[in-house]
Amino acid sequence: MTDTTAARTIDRSHMQVSDEVAIEISNMNKWYGSFHVLRDIDLTVYQGERIVICGPSGSGKSTLIRCINRLEEHQSGRIVVDGTELSSDLKNIDKIRSEVGMCFQHFNLFPHLTILENCTLAPIWVRKTPKREAEEIAMHFLKKVKIPEQANKYPGQLSGGQQQRVAIARSLCMKPRIMLFDEPTSALDPEMIKEVLDTMIELAEEGMTMLCVTHEMGFARQVANRVIFMDQGQIVEQNEPEAFFMAPKSDRTKLFLSQILGH
Amino acid sequence: MSDTHAQTVSFVRETMLPEAEPPVGNRGAILWMRENLFSGWFNILMTLVSLYVIWWALAHTMPWVFNGIWNAGSLTECREIRNATLGEGASAACWAVLGDRWQQLMFGFYPRELYWRPVLAFVIFLVAIAPVLFAGMPRRALWITALSPFVMFWLLWGGTAWFPVSIALGFVLGWAALRALAPIAGPLVAVIVAAALPIIYWFYTAGPLARELEQVVALRIEYVPSQDFGGFMLSFIIGIAGIILSLPLGILLALGRQSDLFIINKISVGFIEVIRGVPLIVWLFTASLLLNYFLPPGTNFDLMLRVIIMVTLFAAAYIAEVVRGGLAALPKGQYEAADALGLDYWKAMRLIILPQALKISIPGIVNTFIGLFKDTTLVVFIGLFDPIGLSNAIRASVEWNGIYWELFVFIGLLFFICCFSMSRYSLYLEKKLQRGHN
Ligand SMILES: Nc1ncnc2c1ncn2[C@@H]1O[C@H](COP(=O)(O)OP(=O)(O)OP(=O)(O)O)[C@@H](O)[C@H]1O
Ligand SMILES: [Mg+2]
Repeated sequence: MTDTTAARTIDRSHMQVSDEVAIEISNMNKWYGSFHVLRDIDLTVYQGERIVICGPSGSGKSTLIRCINRLEEHQSGRIVVDGTELSSDLKNIDKIRSEVGMCFQHFNLFPHLTILENCTLAPIWVRKTPKREAEEIAMHFLKKVKIPEQANKYPGQLSGGQQQRVAIARSLCMKPRIMLFDEPTSALDPEMIKEVLDTMIELAEEGMTMLCVTHEMGFARQVANRVIFMDQGQIVEQNEPEAFFMAPKSDRTKLFLSQILGH
Repeated sequence: MSDTHAQTVSFVRETMLPEAEPPVGNRGAILWMRENLFSGWFNILMTLVSLYVIWWALAHTMPWVFNGIWNAGSLTECREIRNATLGEGASAACWAVLGDRWQQLMFGFYPRELYWRPVLAFVIFLVAIAPVLFAGMPRRALWITALSPFVMFWLLWGGTAWFPVSIALGFVLGWAALRALAPIAGPLVAVIVAAALPIIYWFYTAGPLARELEQVVALRIEYVPSQDFGGFMLSFIIGIAGIILSLPLGILLALGRQSDLFIINKISVGFIEVIRGVPLIVWLFTASLLLNYFLPPGTNFDLMLRVIIMVTLFAAAYIAEVVRGGLAALPKGQYEAADALGLDYWKAMRLIILPQALKISIPGIVNTFIGLFKDTTLVVFIGLFDPIGLSNAIRASVEWNGIYWELFVFIGLLFFICCFSMSRYSLYLEKKLQRGHN
């Protein structure tokens, strides 16, 4: 895979992992009908961690992070996000969703709203922020992702990379404590991948807790403090990036890494 | 790649080329005609045949239209004038019937001295829908829109002004219940109470309350019973009430049909399939004959109101299916993004899903509205005097016995104007909403 971020040295001063638990998943299982997608997942994420999840297609990576904000429902086990357990209680679900930001592979911006409206919608309607203030917050984050000048355009008028950065800004406007990314760069042309990864690196530098499904191994090396390898619905191996890439333990990890790194 | 050349001169463009005009000769009427009408032997043949058909149709109708006689008191007089001026058996319309009977075609048997009331109601209607149809009007104008139905009701039927006021009070009651209960009892209970309370109020309290208030302060204008309504006024009232009421109901049904809640889903599906599966005329007969059996004895439910309800339900079933198509066309990612931001179901629907789904559904919705508007002519079969019914009534008079085409042309023209405007508006709306989408 392309090592698009290699050139940048990054500031790790804020990237401290605290011992406060952000997400706790224990013994979690999920089925699609009779198909067992996730098996006995145990995962504890601490505040400030940057976790990269990788694995072959169909291994359940998306399903796992979509369970964390209940876009998918799990059938057994526990998921506790920021001290709130995910159950069928709608109040808890809405609370967790407003704490957890998510970026999708296909951006999923709202095409009928301007960039600014995309960013202010949830703060205004969910957080009840006054419109003026919401717009200030939105402009702040749009500046951060370096596209304040596009605020009054519609998503269809932006490039893929710009759209994904807007999607990140849109999530940030809710001031989330945790960010989930599901292959944020895999629908992008190579020259746009970098701008999105740079935005994500900046987020990491500020100490955001991040769970990121991606095949950008350069990003994983640089930013992640933990890399998780999934296969067939299970967490097969997890380790610090250096150890993970240099000395993978399981054969399946070795095979996967050889396929993804060794062109 | 290029090592076959001994020396490769690299090429770098230093100045960009200016934009060029499209080639000339792609314009001009002659060229257009050659390309579109006479581009090949088959095309030439089709053009000639079409021209002949158009000429033939016009040659047979235009003299009839333009030789038309405007001043006459009866069909016989028309014929006499025609024979005197154009000769025996010439083709000439007798437009005089319109001059003589247009009031009836427009207002039915509504009292003549009160024509100003429906006309004023129509003007209010135009003012009231303007802020809904065209963005850029001040938002506050929507208050006029919200109040206008009650004013129009009062103008059309007359009677005491306290009656529409006490009906309006029911809405205020429901809104207040929703506001008061939602934080305490949760949205579901609040919605149920907010729906039930006004209905109970309308059935038992609204009427007596209006009578009491009338005793205190008399505010009445002459009452006109529904039987006197007719003509285009009737088509308009039924059509517009049906259109306005069926849209929200249809949207709710579409959402219900998509819902995961078993009962709501099944009720919506059942409702849509039953209503859609039976011809409208059957529902209209049901409205005129059967509905009274189901209502509490002693309630005299106005026939026109019953027809409006039936037409509304019928159109709502169609709207629901059209909107469902729009909902299904949205990518799943839109629902997920709305969920992921923490928007609850109703907010996600209102702010994200419906604006997009309705935009896709505009052509289908307007199509349904046009159908509904024309279907109002079916009420002639249950004894209401829509324009078609009135044309029969006019023919039944001695003066105009035997006149058909002139009336039908006039009725057709008016319906066409209304339906064509709706169609144009829908195109305008689609264009306006086209911005920014990929
Ligand atoms: N809605 C669904 N219904 C049934 N099966 C599903 C559904 N969504 C995903 N699956 C299956 O679950 C498995 C895991 O899917 P998931 O999308 O989590 O994989 P992934 O690891 O994200 O793969 P990719 O790298 O291709 O995105 C796959 O085999 C997929 O076919
Ligand atoms: Mg995936």
